[in-house]
Amino acid sequence: MEISGFAGYLVLFATFAGVYAVLALGLNLQWGFAGQFNFGIAAFFAVGAYTSAILTTPPSPTHLGGFGLPFLLGLAAAAVTSGALALLVGAITIRLRTDYLAIATIGIAEIVRLFLKNEDWLTGGVRGLSGIPKPFADLDGGWPVLIYMILVILAVLATYLFLERAISSPWGRVLRATRENEAGAAAAGKNVNRVRLEAFVIGSAIMGVAGGLFAHFFSFISPEAFDPVFATFLVWIMLVAGGSGNNRGAVLGAFAIWLVWSGTEILTGRLPADMITQAGAIRVFLVGLMFQVILLLRPEGILPERPEGHRARPRD
Amino acid sequence: MSLLEVDDIHGGYGGVDILQGLSIRVGPGEIVVLIGPNGAGKSTAMKAVFGLVRVRAGHVRFKGEDIADLSPDRIVRRGMGYVPQEYNVFPSLTVRENLEMGGFIRKAGVAAQIARVFELFPPLAEASQRPAGELSGGQRQMVAIGRALMLAPDLLLLDEPTAGLSPQFVETIFAKLRDINALGVAVLMVEHNAKQALAFADRGYVLSMGQARHEGPGPTLLDDPHVRESFLGG
Amino acid sequence: MIDLLQLLLYGVVLGCIITLGAIGISLVFGILGFANFAHGDLMTVGAYLALVFVGLGWPLHVAFLGALAGTAVVAVLVDQFLYRHLRRRSSVVLVISSLGMALMLRSLIQLVWGPDNQVYQPGIQLPIEFLGLRIKPNQIVIVGGAVVLVAALHVFLSRTKMGKAMRATADNRDLAQTAGIDIGRVVLWTWIIGALLAAAAGVFLAMDTRLHPFMGRNILLAIFAAAILGGIGKPYGAIAGGLTIGIAEEMSTLVLSPAYKSAVAFAIMIAMLIFRPTGLFGGR
Repeated sequence: MEISGFAGYLVLFATFAGVYAVLALGLNLQWGFAGQFNFGIAAFFAVGAYTSAILTTPPSPTHLGGFGLPFLLGLAAAAVTSGALALLVGAITIRLRTDYLAIATIGIAEIVRLFLKNEDWLTGGVRGLSGIPKPFADLDGGWPVLIYMILVILAVLATYLFLERAISSPWGRVLRATRENEAGAAAAGKNVNRVRLEAFVIGSAIMGVAGGLFAHFFSFISPEAFDPVFATFLVWIMLVAGGSGNNRGAVLGAFAIWLVWSGTEILTGRLPADMITQAGAIRVFLVGLMFQVILLLRPEGILPERPEGHRARPRD
Repeated sequence: MSLLEVDDIHGGYGGVDILQGLSIRVGPGEIVVLIGPNGAGKSTAMKAVFGLVRVRAGHVRFKGEDIADLSPDRIVRRGMGYVPQEYNVFPSLTVRENLEMGGFIRKAGVAAQIARVFELFPPLAEASQRPAGELSGGQRQMVAIGRALMLAPDLLLLDEPTAGLSPQFVETIFAKLRDINALGVAVLMVEHNAKQALAFADRGYVLSMGQARHEGPGPTLLDDPHVRESFLGG
Repeated sequence: MIDLLQLLLYGVVLGCIITLGAIGISLVFGILGFANFAHGDLMTVGAYLALVFVGLGWPLHVAFLGALAGTAVVAVLVDQFLYRHLRRRSSVVLVISSLGMALMLRSLIQLVWGPDNQVYQPGIQLPIEFLGLRIKPNQIVIVGGAVVLVAALHVFLSRTKMGKAMRATADNRDLAQTAGIDIGRVVLWTWIIGALLAAAAGVFLAMDTRLHPFMGRNILLAIFAAAILGGIGKPYGAIAGGLTIGIAEEMSTLVLSPAYKSAVAFAIMIAMLIFRPTGLFGGR
């Protein structure tokens, strides 16, 4: 069976948007529920991708590989390494103001990027890492991509359900309480920082899984793919536009903004040839502008937070 | 005509109305004191008058003008000064700079007014180049009051000016406030030191649950058995 | 030994640039209460505005002044049309918006000038030798310029009414309002001063290296590290912070690959956050 033309484009779209939806869900746990500023999503995304890639690729002269682990194990490992990185960063900054976490996460993203670019022996450096196996790759025609899309959709679903359960659990209630009334929650004896740190780590682990999904879809990754514009900023726009503090909003925002982003690609593709090289900058500018407009006019997003148990955020 | 007329105001923080129909008056040159238990709304009342807390219903009239919707920086221009209870100085600025900031909106005469404040509070003259954050509690309170006096207000609001001060300083502050009042400045203050406050004041209000329950000349309230029992510890 | 001193010298030059950026960050943070992630790109704006004026035939020092003024205008416009409306909400929204602003400024610059490197003057300056050390005339200008700017800032903050009002607002914003200080004007001046310093840092950076749309963004981490080191919200602390980070980054090339310079800044910042989050001199 072949998939081509518009159907092929849809499959591509759904897969990409799905990966972003997982990222947005992870961010929602960190920001929407725990109030933690993660501006280094790219770091956790990349670490997850590279972990899964390195553990599943065949031996190679350009990078570390040859472990030949199966796809699912690669994803699991991606969650672990991303989570571990988050634990490191979070443990240091969790007691401090949220602005410090923002700065620290931006820093971590840069360090990770430097590392990926320079440590060729491990990552293949700027040349990237190729040959990442896709599950069911030996099926012919369009089946592999179709199955992969379904896999990603399932991952989105699984993450969504997992987070919905987590949020309505006792742990989740403590988390929401700390976001809304820190002093009160602390007074009630709940370990505010511990719960926040846990949310941060779990959210990052989820981002790591998204990274793994990304890597196996493209079968080639390089540091360029984890540019902060695409890997951090776009996710934030998705969450704000969709409605933060709201898992459904996260998924909706991911698909909606990915639609817009893809739309800008089509639009700028029609530009005269000499402007094509600038297409990237035009798209970034437009999306940045759109973001400011959203912040000004509808910061609560398409799906505002549900009123039950979600009172208005405390003023800083 | 009263200098300040608070008429049946309701207001508070966020959605909760701490003030439930409070009415008080301050005449020109009067010393009026607000006493009452914690949570009665004393500080909230002051903040409402000065525009730091929203007045949802009722009127606040200063010199005949409705000021309930004005922001603090507008109100301060009309001749009302406010000394908060906490964080009432600029700690990294020197004493002199604190006073200068008090006189920020003055067109002229800042130096002269600073001189007058120094006359009133000699310790400040000595410490004029020291950062306010390094001063003792009592000295800081002087800076805080001095800062509010820089605009020569007709009405000075003070929120618990003697809180946390040694008994000696408490005496000093009351004495200084008397001096300030002698210059024609009306004083409205919240005080925890109810006995001393009522002895010192022209009139007092006993607040409870966001309303004024008792009112009268200071000495009268001081002698009122009801008031003594509830708020003055017998 | 000479190599060490040479690196120290380069570190001081870099440190001056970082300091100018860090002071601006600290001022904005102390008075407006949010971490402005667009600050690096404001530096880039300054550098490119100077390029425009140089292109018009102005001598570099005049273009410098023009760039400072122009960047101040940009910063004020951004505040008036964007940040001012978002201030009502939490500082969180401002931070996110500043991230978006950073992207917008950067992509706009790239659209107009393209992604390639640019310089103010073609050719390479020859270094002057003294005491066995080499220093380029531009670098002397950078250090001298930074000293002059910091001195001017000090005079502004300690002698002028608006400078004192800015310090007062940073100390206690509510009290400043109670005293009748016009917070709107304080905010305006904060952006102006911050932008002037950022633009200067940008032009100096361009003079020392080259112009590139990402030039400010690449140094943002170092600037934040310097501000945190000095105590974020404390402009004078940022001086010590900036010099420290600059020197540390240059010295690190003795043991690390130059590619990891920003990792050094990051490591220092993390160490600061672990042991003394309020900075060497105790900020917020």
